[in-house]
Amino acid sequence: MEYEAVIGLEIHAQLLTATKIFCGCSAAFGAEPNTHICPTCLGLPGALPVLNRAAVDHAIRAALALGCTVHEGSIFARKNYFYPDLPKGYQISQYEQPLATQGAVDLDGVPGPRRVGITRVHLEEDAGKSVHEGFVDSDRKTYVDYNRSGVPLIEIVTEPDLRSAGDAAAFFTRLRALLVWLGVNDGNMEEGSLRCDANVSVRPAGATALGTKAEVKNLNSFRFLEQALEYEIDRQIAELRDGGRIVQETRLWDAAAGRTISMRSKEEAHDYRYFPDPDLPAVEVDAERLSRIRAAMPELPDARRRRFVDSLALPEYDAAQLTQSLAVAEYFERAVAAGAAPKMAANWIMGELARALKDAGADAATSPLAPEQLAGLIALIEKGTISGSIAKSVFEKMFASGRSADEIVASESLTQISDESQIAALVADVLAKHPDPVAQYRAGKTTTFGFLVGQVMKAAGGKANPKRVNDLLKRALEP
Amino acid sequence: MTSDRMTTSAGITVRSVRDDVRARARSASDVCRAALARIESLDPHLHAFNTVVGERALARAAEIDRDFDRWRDRPLVGVPVAVKDNMCTRGVRTTASSRMLEHYVPPYDATAVERLEAAGAVIVGKTNCDEFSMGSSNENSAFGPVHNPWALDRIPGGTSGGSAAAVAARITPLALGSDTGGSIRQPASLCGVVGLKPTYGRVSRYGLIAFASSLDQIGPIARTVDDAALALNVIAGADPRDATSAPEAVPDFTAALTGDVRGARIGVPRALLEHGVDVQVSRAIMTALDTLASRGATLVDVQLPHAEYAIPVYYLVATAEASSNLARYDGVRYGFRAAPGASHPAPGTQHSAPSTQHSALGTMYAQTRARGFGPEVKRRIMLGTYVLSAGYYDAYYLKAQQVRTLILRDYEQAFSGADAVDAIAMPTSPTPAFKIGERVDDPLQMYLADVFTVSANLTGLPAVSVPCGFADNGLPIGLQLTGRRFDEAGLLRLADAYQRDTEWWKPAPPIVTG
Repeated sequence: MEYEAVIGLEIHAQLLTATKIFCGCSAAFGAEPNTHICPTCLGLPGALPVLNRAAVDHAIRAALALGCTVHEGSIFARKNYFYPDLPKGYQISQYEQPLATQGAVDLDGVPGPRRVGITRVHLEEDAGKSVHEGFVDSDRKTYVDYNRSGVPLIEIVTEPDLRSAGDAAAFFTRLRALLVWLGVNDGNMEEGSLRCDANVSVRPAGATALGTKAEVKNLNSFRFLEQALEYEIDRQIAELRDGGRIVQETRLWDAAAGRTISMRSKEEAHDYRYFPDPDLPAVEVDAERLSRIRAAMPELPDARRRRFVDSLALPEYDAAQLTQSLAVAEYFERAVAAGAAPKMAANWIMGELARALKDAGADAATSPLAPEQLAGLIALIEKGTISGSIAKSVFEKMFASGRSADEIVASESLTQISDESQIAALVADVLAKHPDPVAQYRAGKTTTFGFLVGQVMKAAGGKANPKRVNDLLKRALEP
Repeated sequence: MTSDRMTTSAGITVRSVRDDVRARARSASDVCRAALARIESLDPHLHAFNTVVGERALARAAEIDRDFDRWRDRPLVGVPVAVKDNMCTRGVRTTASSRMLEHYVPPYDATAVERLEAAGAVIVGKTNCDEFSMGSSNENSAFGPVHNPWALDRIPGGTSGGSAAAVAARITPLALGSDTGGSIRQPASLCGVVGLKPTYGRVSRYGLIAFASSLDQIGPIARTVDDAALALNVIAGADPRDATSAPEAVPDFTAALTGDVRGARIGVPRALLEHGVDVQVSRAIMTALDTLASRGATLVDVQLPHAEYAIPVYYLVATAEASSNLARYDGVRYGFRAAPGASHPAPGTQHSAPSTQHSALGTMYAQTRARGFGPEVKRRIMLGTYVLSAGYYDAYYLKAQQVRTLILRDYEQAFSGADAVDAIAMPTSPTPAFKIGERVDDPLQMYLADVFTVSANLTGLPAVSVPCGFADNGLPIGLQLTGRRFDEAGLLRLADAYQRDTEWWKPAPPIVTG
C-alpha cells in the first residue's frame, strides 16, 4: 500500500523588539548570563506583566503578511507547567482567543502551486534557557540563564497541508524569508530566534481521514527539519507496513543519531490548565491601528516579484532571486532608479555583488558599494566606455575603496580604446611580430585567431574594444 | 474637618499625628519611638508583627526631622504605618507568613509602599497574616496566630489580622492590608476598626504577593474613616507597572467627608440577613442603619438573588488563580528549597504522573512545596488545580465566572435605575470574633466567615467596614457598606457620617487600657 504524509508546522519566532514583552529589559541575544533580568521576567513575588505594544505591532505585521484576520480583541492565557527555566511556573501565551487566525501562504514550487493554511498566529513570552553543559560541575548541575525569559515570540501554527519533508522545508524557507523581510524576526535558527516543531502523520494515499500524529521537536535548522521529517515519515510507514500502529507521542530529533526518539507519550502529556491571565487586560486592536500598520508595511515579496517580471521584464528566476530578501530587492530597485538597465543590474547583483558581499561577510543592506555606484558602473559599460572584463576589475576596486566607477576609470586610464586607427596600428604590429600563426591562419588553421586576438589585447593593456579588435584583425588577415 | 472630634478621641489618629509633626509639636522621631515602644510592650501578647524594622524606621524618621522643609507638606508626614507582610519592601524581609518565603528579601518596593514612604509615612514593621492571605482567622500563618486585642484567646480575623490588631491596639494609627475575599474588612470588623477595600484597580497591585489576581486589592486599615481617606489619597491611582490599575482620576477623598447624607439611599438585602447571622450582629446592624436614617439617609429593600452563590464561586475562582500564582514557589530561584536527598513525602503526597516526578528535579519540587507550604495553602492549590483541569474547566471555572457575572449584575441593578441605591449595607462578619482553634478542623465553617465579604471582590466594588457596636462579651461588630465602582468618595461619606454620630470607634481594647 502506498502512504502519504500529512504535516503541519508550529513555528516560534522571536520578535525584533528592543525590550521584552512584559517588562523593560533588553531582548538582545548574547549578553552575559542573567544580566537582562528584573523582578517581572524573573517571576519574583508581586511582580506584574505590562504588555509591550511594539511586540503586538510586530505580531500584527506578521499576521497580516500571512493573510490572517487580526482580531479586535484577543486574550492572554496562562499555560501552567513546572520547569526551572519557566520562572512563574506558567508561560503567558494565548489560547482560546489568539491575536489572528485563518491565513494562508501560497507555495509555488515543484510540484506545482500549493496553498498552506495558517491556523493561527499568537503572542507569547519565551522561557529562560537551561544550560546543561560547559561547567565543571555540569555532570551534577544545571544552570539557568533568564536573559531570554520574556523575550517576545509569535507562534505560527499551520494547517496539516504539507505532504512531504521537501514541502515542509520549502514552506519554512518561504516563511523565514517573509518574517525577515518584514523586520519581525532575524531568521537566526542557530541562536534559536526561529524554531520549528512538526506534527507528522501518515495515511494510505488518497485517504481523507488523518492518521495518528507524532509531534517532532528540536528541528532547529533547515537540514534537521528535512532529515527529521523524512526519517519520521519512513518510520511511521514502516511501522504500519509491519502491522504495527502509531502511538500519539512527542518525539525528539536526535541529530547525532540521525533519528527521532520518543520523549513522552500521550498519557504523560501535560495538562496545561490554560485560563485567562487575570494580570493582563484583553489586547485591543482597533481598525485605525490595523490600517496604520498595514500602510507602513513594505511591499511583500510575492507582489514585488510579480512587479519585477511585469514592469521590469526580468526573467522569473531573476525576480525570484532578487526578492529573497528585502535588502536585495531594495538594492536592485535603487540601482534601477539610478538608471541601470534592469537585466544588467540583476546580473551584477546576483553575480559579482553577491559573491563580493559573501566574501566580505556583508549583505545588501550593509554593502560598501551603494546601488547608485553600481548603476554608475553599468552606465559606463552600456556607453562602451569600458569593456566587460575591465568592468569586473573596476567593480573590485569600487567595492574595496568605495570610489566611483568614473573616478577609477579616469585615474587609471581604463577607458576602452575604440579608435580604429589606434587599434589598426596595434594589429599591424602583432601581425609583423608573429609571422607563423599568421601564415597558419591563412593556410586554413583558423584556431590561431584567438592567439592573435590575445596578443592585440595584451598590447592594448586589455583596454581595446574587443569587437573592434576582432573586426580589424579579421580584415587584416584576409588575403 | 471635625477637629473637635479628634481632640476628644482616645489615642492618636493619622490626622492628629500628621498635624502634630507638621506643626513641630512632636518630632517624627518621637512619634516613631513611641510606636516602637508600643510594639515592644504589646506585641509579645498580640503577635501582630512578623518583622519590626526599628532601626530603619528611626533612620527614616530622623531624616524627616533633619530635612523637615522637604517633608513638612507631605500628606502623611511622620505617620507610623504597619504594612501587611505580603507587600514587598526593598531590603526588608517579606514572607507572606509562609515558610516558603521565611528568609526572602525583595529587591524592590510595592507601589503602595513606595507611595506611602514618598508621602512621609514611616514603616515600623511587617504584619502577620494568613499564609499567602489564605484564611479567615490568621491561624494559617506559618509563624503562629495573631491574638485579638479585645480578647487574646480570640482570632483577630484574617487575613490582614496583624494589620487590624496593630491599629486596634493603637500601635500605629494606620496599616495597609490586602483584601481578596474580605481580608481587610473582616479583621477590621472583628478588631473594631475601619477597613476599606477600594474598587479593584484603584490601588496598584505591583509588589503585592498575589493570591488571586482578579480579586486582590490593597487598602487602608485605620480607626477613623477620615484616616482611611487620607491614606487612600496617597496610595490610589494608576500605575504603569500594573496593567489592571485603573486610569480613573483620584479625587481628594477627605473632601467628600461632609457629614451630609441627606437623600442618600442605602439598600438593605433583608433576605440575605435572615439566616446564619448572630442575633447581636443583626441588632447592631439595624441600629446602625437607623442612625444613618436619622441623619437623612433613606433605607431601601434590595434583592441580590445570586448572593447565595458567592462563596462557592469565590472558592472556585480564587483557588484556580492561586494554583497558578503560587506555582513560582518551586525552590529554583528564591525562597525555601528542600535539601537534596530529603525523600520523605509529606502525608498524602502522591507521586503519580510525569517523568519529572521521578527525577531529582521532580523530587526537589515535590519536597519543596510539600514542606514549604502550610496545609490550607496546599488544600487551595489542589482545589484550584482540579478546577482548571482538562475536563473540569467548563463545569467549574467557566461556570463560576458566569455566575460571577450574574452576581455583578445583581449589584449593577441595585445601583441603577429609578430605585437606584448609593450603597448596600450588610454585616461585615456574621459573628464576632471566634476563639483561636475553634474552627481549624472545619474548613467549610471557616469559609462561611466570608459570606458577606466575597461579593465585593467578585464584583470589584469598593466596600468598607466601620465599627457599629459591641457584643455582650465586649467583642466588636462591624457594619459593611458596599458602593458603586470608583465611588469610594460616596461610600466614605456615609461611613464617616456614621462615625460622627457614634462612639464605637473610640474605646480602646483592654490590652491598651490595662
